[in-house]
Amino acid sequence: MSEPLRKSVLAVGPFHPLQEEMEFFQLTVDGEKVTDIKARISYNHRGIEKLSETLQFDQVPYLVSRVCGICSASHPLAYVQAVEEIAAVKPPERALYVRTIINELERIHSHLLWVGLAGHFIGYDTVFMWAWKYREPVLDLLEEITGNRNNYGNVKVGGCREDIPDELIPKINQELDVIERKTEMLTKAVLDDPVLHARLKGVGILTKEDAIKYAVTGPTARGSGIAIDVRRDDPYAAYDDLDWKVISQPEGDVFAKAVVRLLETLESVKIIRQALARLPKGPVSVDVKEIPPGEGCGRAEAPRGETFHYVRSDGGNRPVRHKIRAPSYVNVPSFKASCIGADIADVTITLAAVDPCYSCTERIAVVDGHSAVIHDYDELLRLSREKTARIKKEIGAPDVKLEDC
Amino acid sequence: MQQNELDNQLSQIRDKLTGLDRKADNRVFLPCEAENVHEVCRFLFSDLGLRFVISTGIDAEDCFEVLHHFSNDESGCLVTVKAFVRNRESPELDSITPLIPGAEWIEREMHDLLGIKFRNHPNLERLILADDWPEGVYPLRKEVQA
Repeated sequence: MSEPLRKSVLAVGPFHPLQEEMEFFQLTVDGEKVTDIKARISYNHRGIEKLSETLQFDQVPYLVSRVCGICSASHPLAYVQAVEEIAAVKPPERALYVRTIINELERIHSHLLWVGLAGHFIGYDTVFMWAWKYREPVLDLLEEITGNRNNYGNVKVGGCREDIPDELIPKINQELDVIERKTEMLTKAVLDDPVLHARLKGVGILTKEDAIKYAVTGPTARGSGIAIDVRRDDPYAAYDDLDWKVISQPEGDVFAKAVVRLLETLESVKIIRQALARLPKGPVSVDVKEIPPGEGCGRAEAPRGETFHYVRSDGGNRPVRHKIRAPSYVNVPSFKASCIGADIADVTITLAAVDPCYSCTERIAVVDGHSAVIHDYDELLRLSREKTARIKKEIGAPDVKLEDC
Repeated sequence: MQQNELDNQLSQIRDKLTGLDRKADNRVFLPCEAENVHEVCRFLFSDLGLRFVISTGIDAEDCFEVLHHFSNDESGCLVTVKAFVRNRESPELDSITPLIPGAEWIEREMHDLLGIKFRNHPNLERLILADDWPEGVYPLRKEVQA
């Protein structure tokens, strides 16, 4: 009976092809417990790797900016680093610092976006409003530097397209002070809130062994006690010159991943401040004439983990092969380890803890093996929020705890 | 594992390789024939504890290449196993998914897009291509125009 049922689930699933990273999860449940999870991806496969073979080396960064609207600095950076490896090009010092600053601004806005969404999923909509409010000025800064709030198109083979004007530096520092204060407030609120402890601790655990088996990266790995970070391990841009820490937590649950992201946001503020203070003088790009035959690998630590690009050149003006691996590609399959055996009410937040994308968690359908009940996204969100409300009641917590400061 | 220790370890599997190509201090390529790919990957993943990054399938002119990229995070070195699949008519090689569950999707993807078959893969169903995509058309092959 499961086969025809699964087909009917696909037909009613809420698909929104305008959003990126479309995924469809089908959970098989026994009562409240998840017994199996299947994922179907590629509803919006855009063939970017193939398209890349039709573009010239200097056009590709604009294409790969669009792999992800949130990580639109990491992808082109990983790509140009692969090409720079082939051509043995070394960008000027200032370009390395500008790249660092833009990539860390990206991490801040991405992590704050996640904090907001995580709050939304468990019924903390105040957190959602605030985190997104604090995120907004970061996008404004990116717009002032690169001309765009997303898809910055700032990085090119041999350096950067746009420099950070010196007169903008005081403003960036000012905004960083505000972001730091607000993030500290959010972090403290999360760490001190008994409801969040009860709601998120021990939920969606990805053990260290499973994390290795599924080859996960980024905060998903660091939340499971694997302290890997390309910025430190295979340093690029200016990370090697700056003083910062890799944040990791051993527990592997949703709470650990939240803590990793919040503390990382503060590290990013630290990185940008130092980079701005030490910003070397000089040009931000060198001329690159030809890309010789060869192959190169570039990687960058995107907000969700390691972004990997492999490029092969035959000496012509286009790549003959360009492989892109976004971090969610290895993080998402780990749901098989973290969701099976979990409560349905915990699935939305467990899936969200990997930070795949907003759209991903919308694409869940639940098949109940006994009664053939199908839950949609709204139902799952309701279950998740009800569980939070139940915990709040048990603890006797007030409805709103955070103060808007 | 530090870089010099990694280099020493890699010499243990020289007989399974057709060479060792060092493009930079932290970029090592290990070319091998398709039949040795499982053993080489097992050595890197299980014995040396390298992290699996991803695989790249390439339609090269006279063969297919399957590249399995591994990372030694302690020294920042990327180790790429480059397996040559010489039979262009029915390209196949051993799956590494039974060894590394994280490779399931990428092997299915290479199967979809390049038509390379992975022996012993637990679930070689379509991942990327739509259900109504015609059989036998592999979009990442060079004869298919973008």
